[in-house]
Amino acid sequence: MDVSTVKKTYGSWGGVLRAEHDVLLPATPDRAAAVLPGLPLRSAIAHGCGRSYGDVALNPGGTLIDMRSLDRFVAFDAGTGLLTCETGVTLADILAAISRPAPDGSGWLLPVMPGTRFVTVGGAIANDVHGKNAHHLGSFGCHVEALELARSDGARLWCSRTENSDLFAATIGGLGLTGLILTATLRLRHVAGLGVETEDIRFARLDDFFTLDAESADGWEYTAAWIDCLASGDDLGRGLYMRARHAPGVSAAPPSRTPKLSVPVTPPLSLVNGLSVRAFNAMYWRKLGPSGRKSGVGSYEKVFFPLDAIGGWNRLYGPAGFYQFQAVVPPRDARAVTAALLSAIAAAGQGSMLVVLKRFGDVRSPGLMSFPMPGITLALDFPNRDAATLGLLSRLDAIVMEAGGRIYPAKDFSMSRGSFTQGYPALSVFERHLDPVMSSAFARRMGITEGEGIS
Amino acid sequence: MSNSQRRVAIFGATSDIAAAYARRCAEARARLVLVGRDMAGLERLAADLKVRGAPEVIVRGADFTETGQLADVAEGAWSAFGGLDVVLIAYGSLPVQERLNSDPAEAEAALKLNFVSPALLANLLAARFEAARAGTIAVITSVAGDRGRQSNYGYGAAKAGLQTFLEGLRHRLYASGVNVLDIRPGFVATKMTAHLPQGGPLWAAPEKVAADIAAAVEKRAAVLYTPWFWKGIMTIVRGLPRPIFHRSKL
Repeated sequence: MDVSTVKKTYGSWGGVLRAEHDVLLPATPDRAAAVLPGLPLRSAIAHGCGRSYGDVALNPGGTLIDMRSLDRFVAFDAGTGLLTCETGVTLADILAAISRPAPDGSGWLLPVMPGTRFVTVGGAIANDVHGKNAHHLGSFGCHVEALELARSDGARLWCSRTENSDLFAATIGGLGLTGLILTATLRLRHVAGLGVETEDIRFARLDDFFTLDAESADGWEYTAAWIDCLASGDDLGRGLYMRARHAPGVSAAPPSRTPKLSVPVTPPLSLVNGLSVRAFNAMYWRKLGPSGRKSGVGSYEKVFFPLDAIGGWNRLYGPAGFYQFQAVVPPRDARAVTAALLSAIAAAGQGSMLVVLKRFGDVRSPGLMSFPMPGITLALDFPNRDAATLGLLSRLDAIVMEAGGRIYPAKDFSMSRGSFTQGYPALSVFERHLDPVMSSAFARRMGITEGEGIS
Repeated sequence: MSNSQRRVAIFGATSDIAAAYARRCAEARARLVLVGRDMAGLERLAADLKVRGAPEVIVRGADFTETGQLADVAEGAWSAFGGLDVVLIAYGSLPVQERLNSDPAEAEAALKLNFVSPALLANLLAARFEAARAGTIAVITSVAGDRGRQSNYGYGAAKAGLQTFLEGLRHRLYASGVNVLDIRPGFVATKMTAHLPQGGPLWAAPEKVAADIAAAVEKRAAVLYTPWFWKGIMTIVRGLPRPIFHRSKL
């Protein structure tokens, strides 16, 4: 059976770009590999769950290869924790099928989990995603043992740290531009308790974040802070510090494969606006009560997957959608640079309720184009107010570049080519490994695949 | 009946609904026989099911259009684990009505694959279940069988024939305690319907349909509309007076 092309509309998670694409839906890895050689130069990109905020997995005018039918597990070795699966498998499915607790609460777990479990393994590799334990265990790519890559010359290559290692390094964080990732072998980790012990601590200013973070570094595996982005002056950078670690002997059932609640339709106007953000932030900052501290023991679902509580939450931003921004700045001036970023955001009054500050450690990913590097990373959403939002994003971009940082492609819709080149010095090495058939809206915007094929 | 070590055979196992149901069985630690034409696809699914918890998965090749071989197909599945607790007959095709109108051979093939073959297979399995005096025979038909419509009456007629066949089989097997489940899905977003728009509130995911099937097997239900709202929709479609029905585009 051939893989036939259908016309379908795909959008970015942020909703700023929605466009009709020629879509291929291969049912198996063999068929996925077989479509590549027949495609024109610079015409196609793989697509998974569509959780990238920007345009890395979109390709208006070209082809999307929807990989979600490649959803089979291949093998799991409960002795070593090595899991081989097709790359359309979601992280939610891995947790549900594999991370079932033993009677003593222990079990196998994904070593790295991003803020949503509704992403494919292929997307997690191509964007080299990270989670709250990035300072301990690095990014997703650190735990990929091997991957099978289909190229448009018809080759199917197993790539690892020892075999086709250049392609392996280019493909992790390679935004799908090196070919189609068909299958991957991940090294899961065994934890003595799938359940977690958590502590949330309110802090009054940015300096306190750094104090809490330094104090938590060794004892707490998962850390991140929520920031009230509307606070300014003495309150600048106030927020809630959240830390967690596995609790030996404490069990936790896997979270559901689909969200329990969902936003059914897109409201005509954004429900995320100055008023609602102000009200939410004021309440949220006070949610821990007079003590400013709260601890708990139990399921990891809310700790790891805050974005999965409500399905389709991106619709709350209305038809215009939203921009997401995430950047990392080196540790040296991190405090001052973070303050500068937060001041610019507070002055513009444009942030939303979702603002995360976290420290990355020095665990290096094998990926050439990986986003995480040592330093402090700030992530937040901005309701799309056209020029006003783009103006603010460009000011943030400039601050990050000045500090020697980088911006995260998986969340980007606005970085300049110069910022991309500066943030990713391995770009020229990476470009040698591009597959001639692959391209994306992001790749063209950044000039990665210039000069050939569709424009 | 406990799920553990339950023996389940699925015919047409690589279809999206069947695969989703097989996964539920695997997670409940059932032993599985997968039967179908696409051996590579069956092996690929078998590996997946083992990772999900199935203690044993056996694959068997079969061409369901070769009705002369169905006796062997039934025997092969039945003997894999020395008997079965549940069978799901899930194969079929979704022909384009205009092509059936212009090509009688294609129409005959569609009627055979969607009616003759599953009816014969269900009957062959029924003899064994009847002797064992326990178990469930589940067959995927369709809401399309509830009323002939211009857009797909070839397919609909085959499914309607199958529904009537199952009604009679259920009557026969009642005395021996064997349940016959007639599964009538509405629009399901699968490979078979990938060329259709697949959006909107009427479209269900295969996982949802599989969950409904699993619940109906446990409840020993006779007829399952899945998702549930199709029962109401088809009551209305069946009840439409002809003067109105004939002017519709259904």
